[in-house]
Amino acid sequence: MAQALMNYLDPGAIVLGVKAATDQDVIRILAGRLQSLGYVKPSFSGAVLAREAELPTGLPLGSDNNVAVPHTDPEHVLRPGLAFATLAEPVLFSNMENPDEKLRVSVVFLMALNDKDKQIEMLQEIAGTIQSPEIIAALIRSKSVEDVSRLLG
Amino acid sequence: MTKQKTVLFACGTGIATSTVVAHAVEDALKERGIRINSRQCKATEVAGHIDDVDLVVSTTQLPKDLGKPAITTLAFLTGIGKADVLDRIEALLRE
Repeated sequence: MAQALMNYLDPGAIVLGVKAATDQDVIRILAGRLQSLGYVKPSFSGAVLAREAELPTGLPLGSDNNVAVPHTDPEHVLRPGLAFATLAEPVLFSNMENPDEKLRVSVVFLMALNDKDKQIEMLQEIAGTIQSPEIIAALIRSKSVEDVSRLLG
Repeated sequence: MTKQKTVLFACGTGIATSTVVAHAVEDALKERGIRINSRQCKATEVAGHIDDVDLVVSTTQLPKDLGKPAITTLAFLTGIGKADVLDRIEALLRE
C-alpha cells in the first residue's frame, strides 16, 4: 500500500531524530534538503512557511505521535518529491481542522508537488500510511534510511 | 430512488486534500448503497458554491452560517472516527 511513497521519497531527504524547537525549524531543514537535491526552487521554503501559518497541516492521530504534511503551491517546485523527518522531541503544529489547537507532532512529510494527479496519489499514500499506528510507531523508532525504506517500500 | 445528492468537498486550496477526501467518501458511500455528485472548492469560497449543494464536507475551518449542513473532519485522512463520520454523512444524505 505504501509502496508508491518510496517512489517519491528521496533517501537524501530522510532526516531522523531531528532536534527542532518549532514547526518552522523542521520545515526549513526538510525544504533545505529538497532544494539541495534539486526538487524545489529557493522560494519553496518561505512559501511553505507562509502557507503553514495560514493553512496549517497538522493531523491529529490521538497521541503524541501526530503527523504534519506541509506543502505549498506548484510554482515553487521543479519536480515532484517528498521529504520525511522524525523528531527527537515533538514540536507544535497547528491542527488543519482547527488552527487554534496545537498538536505535538513527531513525524513530518514535506510534499513538493507540481502535478495534481501525483499530489493526490502522494497524499492518498500518506493517508494510508498514517492510518496504521504500527507503521507510525515503527517510523518513529527507525534508526536508518534503510529502516524507513523498508516500512514505506 | 431518491434524487442523487450533491456534496461539496472543501480544503485549504480546493485541490489535493479535498480530492482525497472526496474519493474516500464516494467509495465508502457506494458500499452503503449511496451515490453522490461531488464538487470541490476552497474552504474560503464555499459560500459562493453552496446553492444547489446538500452537504459540505471540509478538512479545514468553514465560514459560519452557511445555511446548509456542514461537517469538518480529518477522519478520511487520519482514519480516526471514520465510521462515525460516515454515519453522520449517511444520515444527512438520507434525509
